[in-house]
Amino acid sequence: MVIAQHTLFEQATVLMAALVVFASFLMLAQRRLFSLIHLFAAQGLLLAFTTALVAYILNYPHLYISALLTLALKGVLLPWMLRGLVIRLDMHREVDSPLYPSVVMAAAASLLLFSYYVALPIAHLSTLATKNTIAISLAVVLLGMLLMISRRQALAHVIGFMSIENGLFFAAVVSTYGMPMVIELGIAFDVLVAAVIFGVFFFHIHSSIDSLDVDRLNRLSEVEE
Amino acid sequence: MAWLLAILETLLFIGGAPLLAGWIKWLKCHLQNRKAPSLLQPYRNLFKLFGKQPVIAQHASWLFDAAPYVVFAATVLAATIVPLIAVHLPASAMADVIVLVGFFALARFFLVLAGMDIGTAFGGMGSSREMTISSLAEPAMLMAVFTLAMSASTTNLSTAIDFILDNGLVLRPSFIFALVALAMVAVAENGRIPVDNPATHLELTMIHEAMILEYSGRWLALIEWAGQIRLMVYAVLIANIFFPWGIAETSHFEALAFGGLAIFLKLALLAVALAVSETVIAKMRVFRYQEYLGFAYLLSLLGMLSHIILEAGS
Amino acid sequence: MIAVYLILFICLAGMFAQALVGHKPSAGRINAGFNLANFIVSLALAFEVLRRGALISADQQLHVDAFSVYLIVLTAFVGWTTALFSGPYMENERLHGRVTGRRLRLYYTMYQGFMFTMYLVLTTNNMGMLWVAMEGATLATVLLVSLYRTPESVEAAWKYFILCGVGIAQALFGTVLLYFAAEQVQGMGDNALLWTVLYTYAHSLDPNVLSIAFVFLLVGYGTKIGLVPLHNWLPDAHSEGPTPMSAILSGLLLNDALYAVVRCKMLVDRSVETPMAGYLMMAFGLLSFLVAVLFLHRQTDIKRLFSYSSIEHMGLMTFAFGMGGPLATFAGLLHMMVHSLTKSAIFVTVGHAAQIAKTQRMDQIRGLINTHPEVGWGLLIGTIAIAGFPPFGVFTSEFLVLTATMRNYPWLTPLLLIGIGIAFAGLFRHLHPMVYGPVPEGQTPIQANLWPVMAHLALVLWLGLAIPGVLSDWFGQATQLISGSSPL
Repeated sequence: MVIAQHTLFEQATVLMAALVVFASFLMLAQRRLFSLIHLFAAQGLLLAFTTALVAYILNYPHLYISALLTLALKGVLLPWMLRGLVIRLDMHREVDSPLYPSVVMAAAASLLLFSYYVALPIAHLSTLATKNTIAISLAVVLLGMLLMISRRQALAHVIGFMSIENGLFFAAVVSTYGMPMVIELGIAFDVLVAAVIFGVFFFHIHSSIDSLDVDRLNRLSEVEE
Repeated sequence: MAWLLAILETLLFIGGAPLLAGWIKWLKCHLQNRKAPSLLQPYRNLFKLFGKQPVIAQHASWLFDAAPYVVFAATVLAATIVPLIAVHLPASAMADVIVLVGFFALARFFLVLAGMDIGTAFGGMGSSREMTISSLAEPAMLMAVFTLAMSASTTNLSTAIDFILDNGLVLRPSFIFALVALAMVAVAENGRIPVDNPATHLELTMIHEAMILEYSGRWLALIEWAGQIRLMVYAVLIANIFFPWGIAETSHFEALAFGGLAIFLKLALLAVALAVSETVIAKMRVFRYQEYLGFAYLLSLLGMLSHIILEAGS
Repeated sequence: MIAVYLILFICLAGMFAQALVGHKPSAGRINAGFNLANFIVSLALAFEVLRRGALISADQQLHVDAFSVYLIVLTAFVGWTTALFSGPYMENERLHGRVTGRRLRLYYTMYQGFMFTMYLVLTTNNMGMLWVAMEGATLATVLLVSLYRTPESVEAAWKYFILCGVGIAQALFGTVLLYFAAEQVQGMGDNALLWTVLYTYAHSLDPNVLSIAFVFLLVGYGTKIGLVPLHNWLPDAHSEGPTPMSAILSGLLLNDALYAVVRCKMLVDRSVETPMAGYLMMAFGLLSFLVAVLFLHRQTDIKRLFSYSSIEHMGLMTFAFGMGGPLATFAGLLHMMVHSLTKSAIFVTVGHAAQIAKTQRMDQIRGLINTHPEVGWGLLIGTIAIAGFPPFGVFTSEFLVLTATMRNYPWLTPLLLIGIGIAFAGLFRHLHPMVYGPVPEGQTPIQANLWPVMAHLALVLWLGLAIPGVLSDWFGQATQLISGSSPL
């Protein structure tokens, strides 16, 4: 089935999928912490919108609740918390760029291809008209990991972590129309608690090494000097 | 009849390009609270320059004389390939979009040679910058074009537009990426903000102006005109590929008139977008061009990948 | 079935109680009391399961069979004995000013919270809930790892959080794929994530999806097991957290993560015809085993030493479960138990030793057998047991693993044997001076509470000498469940 044979709403879902992964790419390229947080919020909003769209297409009322949950948690609450942290720790001028931006970008594109090939054998099972959206969600997960690897700021790590969660949520929405409600609430709860703990950690790290550069967390290693 | 139409279309390109340039300038002036020159000012400039005797540096070789003609001719030929108000014209059937890129490359090549021919510092600097930018912009542009070609299964512009018209409104993620990438490339290739500032003669920041610093009189007019045509070609390319609705599919008079009106409005709107972006965005540092164009390349690459992943049928 | 609800309820009640009184000196005893209650209830539950077979709650969300109830009892027992040890230990830490009352309250609350997630992992029937509980376990323990707030402990906790968080995210992706595969099959409806339902329909699940899902699940939960190359968090978290934490992390969390993997493997094996899942587990297990035994030699920190030993043993268990077959599965189950008991006993002893020497560096812990004979003997016997000497239980289970390997993959046996040998050398080269060396200056006498250690080691000894009939029956049932045939 090619894309032109789908309805406009289904095409919109595909478009959203592309934009979600695009947001991940933008995050990888972003240098300022504030912009990173804003992009993360944008990705959350896109997710919420996609969920609502899928809910509308399939007429699954419970997905609306997930959409609202995502909107509140990923689109508003978490970015707001992170923003507050950045301001309180006085880091809004700090720049955290990957060492080799072009290498990171090339790696990101290869990861996208990789997830495409991983998901290829199972894409044909997808009943939702959206083709290989599983590959897209896997790519978002992997790009989140890449973001964590390529940065030194603890805050960027948290955003990478949360964007991995975004990818997982996206996978759940597009491949299975969301998990059962109990699970979804459980996951949302975990994410929220994780975010709070991250916040606590920032203060601990900040007070122990006086910065959030995790490269300076290097006291524990296998080799004693 | 069809050939006549094709020639007419090309003439419209050549004649309309200064108007587009004037319109953009007019918009920008109003956005920046300045007093705007008349819409026809570019025509007057060209007319004035054509009437003046060119002054040539002593060291100039024949290349310096020939370059403006080659640049103008190549640009006009490029313009013939792009469907303006109607598809299915013989000129656009002859050549595809890769030839279009080739024509632009040819024009740029001669301009760069001419810039270095005189041997002034500015000419060499402008030439080297221009080549740097184009070496980064061309892959991005070709990638974006290939993305379209993969969806439409052709590199011919007319056929591609047909394909898009036949399908009606389809939300293709690949097209959106390609559109943004192409727009970014167009901005870079035409020397607009944030890559280059067409209005500046501030020595260290100029690129395009640095290359043609030694030109005067009718040669300068030809080069500037060619630049205006190139801008219009890019604008039409974006307008007609991504929003082809309204373009004439038959050669009836009403269809053609409607096609003309449609492209006129589309270009006017695009110009507004360009003027707004040039007003709100500041010019970048030279060292950041590669990031900008790398981003354009990434976009077109993403477009292609999302075509493969999300759209291709099995 | 009531017992299951009771266990979960007791933990929750314990959490709230500790949130109120956790800063008081009596909190340790209250903590132990709650855990004792759970142990008693779990015994009742085990009795019920063994008599009547697998239990499932009315809404199908909770499910207990021979395999999980075995781990529930183990969890409750280790949880209880560690709680007994942790009371005086944490009190001592407070006296030395390393923790404050507020942090103690956090500690006790999270101790109960951690136990809750552990029981939830073992009793839930829902693969999604399993994930939520696993992640919950990370969240509950991460602040305990950094309880001392030293730069090292903050770093360890950060590593633990990030690595486990990212790792476990892969498991969620696998779970989503599992759900995706289940939705393709008609007739599963809303119950498509329930393990029992999945197991029933496993034959008709798409093998492609399940193989990919298993890779993600293995990587995800494997991070929590501490499989190489995802093990980096484990030595740090074990060495920097409070010692009771190391004991329950090593004794319980790793087991439960392995439990999750084995549950997934049971599903995948029924769907995929090839032993793909088993091979993956064997490869990861063997790699972890070999890498960990080599790292044993390089350690200078006593808790890091034993956490590498944990990786080694988890690798061996993963290997055994991956090999499948009744004998290997039986060995794996037995090893789970003896390892948990021995390792938590060792960590308790190590905690005392570190308090005596006021450091965790092994070159400053010396002559324990002279200063504190009971601690010295405890450490010696514990290490002998964990290294796999007869007549301890670890020997029995390792011997069974070796026998099973010999039977199925004879060419792997030398690797295992060499590994066990290297591990033995690695442990004893560090152990000998710590126990017998000359006594240095500045040792602090402490009030050691070693009877949990002795109880654990006695149990392990007993299991090595003779496995009681009830227990072997029980293991037999669990093996039957996992591998599909009886071991005996």
